[in-house]
Amino acid sequence: MADSANGPKPSSSVKLVLLGEAAVGKSSLVLRFVNNDFQENKEPTIGAAFLTQKCNLPTRTIKFEIWDTAGQERFASLAPMYYRNAQAALVVYDLTKPTSLVKAKHWVAELQRQASPGIVIALVGNKLDLTNDGSGSGGDAESAGGDDLGDARKVSTEEAKTYSEEEGLLFFETSAKTGFNVTEVFTAIANAIPETSLKSARGVAASHAAGRAEEQRVNLNGPRDPNAKEGCAC
Amino acid sequence: MDMDTDTDSAPPTMQTPPPPPPLPPRPPRRSPSGGSLGLASPGDALGNLLQLQVAPATTAVSSIDISTLSFPDGSRGTFSRTASRTTTRAASATASGYATPTHDTLGALGPLSARVNLADGSDSMSLMSFAPTLRPPGDLASLVAGELNRKSPAWMLLRSQSATVQPFETSVERGPSTTSALAGFESEFDDIPDRSAVTADEDRLALWKAKLKHYMILSSAGKPIYSRHGDLGLVNSYMGIVQTIISFYEGAQNPLLGFTAGNARFVIATEGPLYLVAISRLGESDAQLRSQLDALYMQILSTLTLPTLQNIFVHRPSTDLRKPLEGTESLLSSLADSFTRGSPSALLGALECLRLRKSQRHSINNAFLKLRSDRLLYGLIVAGGKLVSVIRPRKHSLHPSDLQLIFNMLFASGGIKAGGGENWIPLCLPAFNNRGYLYMYVSFFGDESSPGSPGSARNKPAAPREAAEQPHPPSSPLSSDEGQAEQAEEDEIAIILISTDKESFFELKEMRDSVAHQLAKNGSLAIIKEAVRSGRPSVAAIAPGVQISHFLYKSRANVQFCMASLDQPAFGGGSGSIASSSSKMVARRRLMSLYHELHASMHAKHSHLKVLHCVGDAAASLAWITPVFEFYCVAGPNISRALVTQGANKIVQWARREEERLFIIGGGVF
Repeated sequence: MADSANGPKPSSSVKLVLLGEAAVGKSSLVLRFVNNDFQENKEPTIGAAFLTQKCNLPTRTIKFEIWDTAGQERFASLAPMYYRNAQAALVVYDLTKPTSLVKAKHWVAELQRQASPGIVIALVGNKLDLTNDGSGSGGDAESAGGDDLGDARKVSTEEAKTYSEEEGLLFFETSAKTGFNVTEVFTAIANAIPETSLKSARGVAASHAAGRAEEQRVNLNGPRDPNAKEGCAC
Repeated sequence: MDMDTDTDSAPPTMQTPPPPPPLPPRPPRRSPSGGSLGLASPGDALGNLLQLQVAPATTAVSSIDISTLSFPDGSRGTFSRTASRTTTRAASATASGYATPTHDTLGALGPLSARVNLADGSDSMSLMSFAPTLRPPGDLASLVAGELNRKSPAWMLLRSQSATVQPFETSVERGPSTTSALAGFESEFDDIPDRSAVTADEDRLALWKAKLKHYMILSSAGKPIYSRHGDLGLVNSYMGIVQTIISFYEGAQNPLLGFTAGNARFVIATEGPLYLVAISRLGESDAQLRSQLDALYMQILSTLTLPTLQNIFVHRPSTDLRKPLEGTESLLSSLADSFTRGSPSALLGALECLRLRKSQRHSINNAFLKLRSDRLLYGLIVAGGKLVSVIRPRKHSLHPSDLQLIFNMLFASGGIKAGGGENWIPLCLPAFNNRGYLYMYVSFFGDESSPGSPGSARNKPAAPREAAEQPHPPSSPLSSDEGQAEQAEEDEIAIILISTDKESFFELKEMRDSVAHQLAKNGSLAIIKEAVRSGRPSVAAIAPGVQISHFLYKSRANVQFCMASLDQPAFGGGSGSIASSSSKMVARRRLMSLYHELHASMHAKHSHLKVLHCVGDAAASLAWITPVFEFYCVAGPNISRALVTQGANKIVQWARREEERLFIIGGGVF
C-alpha cells in the first residue's frame, strides 16, 4: 500500500453492504461488530443505516463503511444504491428459517449479476445461539444439526457451505447474541479484499476472492487465483 | 357544576383588569324557580354567606361588567367581571380563596354536564340569573345544604386551606372507585401473551377485552391489517364483525361514522380501501378519535404513498397489506400508544419547541442556513422530542402532522435510535406530498465533544434524565419501560435533513458534520443540552403565586404549543410522590383526559366558546380560546374562578412575552 496515510499502517476504506431477509439479524451483527452490543427485540431498521468501524490487520487497517439495509420487501428496490461500488457484501440468513436462505441466494445472484465485479461476498447464517451448536465456544460449528431435540436449526451447515463453495463465497455461522464468529466474518472480509481494489476506492480489475471460510489463511499478497467467475472487469 | 361562558365580545377594553373577583356559583340548569333570591334554609351563617355570594349574580349579567383583555395584535379575550360593589361583598368569601360552595356536588357532574349546559344555553349569560331560590329538588342542593350545615366549624377551617388542594388529590385518595374510567389503565400497554398451553384463549380474550383502547385497521375486503392489541388470530373474528357492520352501511350509501356500545365509543374512518376503527373507553370525542385514526392512516401513507396503496387494492382487492407494511407495526403502535397515553401534541395538533433565547435560536438557524447543502429540502434540529430549529425553502412549510410522524419514528419507536449510526430513510410526508418519497438523513448527536463521529452517538449511556429535569431530588428509581422511553426521548439531540434526491446521502452527511462542528464550536450544542436539561418550566417559575397546577398554551399562528412541567405529585411526578410508574401513567392520563374533555367542549360543533370554566370534584379547569391562542389549565378543585382566571392571565401574558423563546416563528428560510 503505497498511499498510506498518517498511521504507521496503511489504511483504506472498504464499502460493505448487508443484505438479507427481514429479521435475520443484519443490524444485530453490525451492532455487535461496531459496538460489541446486543439488543433483544430490536425494532426493524427503516431504510438503511450507515456505520463505520475499523478493522486492524497485521499489515494494514481497514475502515469499513457499512450500509446496513432494511430487509423488508418494499426496500428491495433501493438496494442497488447501497451495493453499487461496494467492495464487500454480507448476505445474511437465519439458521432457523429456511426461506431466509432462499432469499439470501437471490441476493447473491443479484450481487453477482449487478454489483461491482470484484465484490467479496460472505454468506452468514445467523442465530447460532438458537441451535445446539450455539454454545460451542471455539472453532467450527461443523456438526450438522437439524433434527436434534430442542434444536431450532432448520438449515444445515453442509447445505449452506456447499452452496458457498459453489458460488465462491466466504461462509460463516454466527451468533450476534453471543458474539460468536462475528468479528471473524469482518476480519475474513478485510483479508479477502484484494489490495488492488483498495487503492482506488472502486473494485477495478480486482479478481474475485474465493476464500473458503478459512478466514486467517487468506493470503493477502497479490490478487487471488482467477478461478472466480468475474475475474476481470473492463 | 360551575361553569360559565362568554360568547359575546364585550365592550370597553381594559389592558390589565384587576383580578376579577369570583363569580357566584351557577346553580344547575333547570333550577325550578326564576329570579328571586334566597336560600331554602339560610338560618346558619354559611347559608348567609352563600346568599351573599349568590346575590350578586344578577348584577353581573349586565354587560358593563364584562371586561375585555385585548392584545396588541387585536385579539381579545373576555372575562366577566363583577362590579366593585360585588367585590367587597364577596370579599369575605374570596379571602379564603373559596368562592364556589357548590363545587363539591355540582362538580361531580363533571364536564359532561358542562356540555349539556352549553347545548341548551343559547344565551348562556342568562344562566347566571338562575339563582337557587328554593332548595332545588333532587339531591344536588340538598347535598349542598346538608353538607354545609353539618360541617360548619370544622368545614370553615378546612375551607381556609382548601385552595391548596391539588387537582385529582381526592380521586387519588379515594382509589379506584372514582377513577373507574381509568381502571385497568396500568396494564393498558401490557402485551397479551401468545397462544400457549398456559394461557387459554378465553383468558387472552378477557385480557384483550379489558383494554380501554383499541385501534384496528382492515381492508374493505375484510382482511385484517393491524390491531394494537392481540395477535390477528385472536381478533380476526372481531375484525370480521366490524367489517360486516361497516359494509352494511356502505351498501346503504350511508357510511357509518361511529356508534356506542356500553361505555365504549366506536369511531370508524373509511380511507379509500381501508377501514380504520378506534374503540375507546377513555372518553375522547369523535373528532379527537378521528384525528387519531387520521394519524395512523398518514403513517400508512408515509410508508407506502397513496398511489402505491391504491394500486395494491385496485389490482387485488383481497391483498394482505401486512406484507407491504411489514416492519411498521411498531410505528403504528407507538403512535397509537402516544394517543392512549394522552399526547398534548396530538390533542392540539401542534408541536412543542425547545425554549431558547431568540439570539441563540438565531445563531443556530444561521449556522444551519449557512452550511446548507444545495440538495436540502428541509432541515431540522430536534432535542428531547422538541423542535430546536427548522430551515425550509420559502415556498414550503412543514405540516405538523408530518412532523408528528417523523418524531414518532425517531423518538417514540426505538428502531432508529437503537441501530445507531446515521440513517437514510425513504419516507413519504403525506401532508407535503402523498404521492412520492422524500429521503431523510437522521443522526443523533451524542456526548461527542468531537463532532464528526456520529457513530459514537449511541455509545453514550442513557443519562438519568429524571434527575436533571426535576428541581427536587429524583422521586423514585422506579420507572417503567414507558418512563425510560420518555427519558431516552428527552435527552437525544437529532439532526434531520430531508432531500428529494435519494443519492444525496453523503452530501447531507457532510452538511451534518459541518453543522455539528459549527454548533459545537459556537457553543450552541451546549446551550441546547442545557435547555433540554432544564426541562419545561413549572408554573411557579412562570408566575409565582399562581395556583394553577398545569397548563397547555397553543399558539395558533405558529401551530406550536408549550406546557408546564409535569413534575408534580398530582401528575405522578415530583419529589412528594412515591408514585410507581403505573400510577404515574394513570395520573398523566387523568390530566390528559381532562384536557381532552375541555378541548372537546371548546371545539364542539356550533359551540362558539371563548372561555369555559369547569369545576369538578377533582379539579377545576379553564379553557380560553382567542384567534391567537388556545389556553387550557387545571387547578385544584377549590380554587376560585377569580384565581384561576387571574393565573390564566399571568401565564398567557408570560407566554406572549416569551413568544419568541417558546416558539419558532417562521424558522430559517432560504
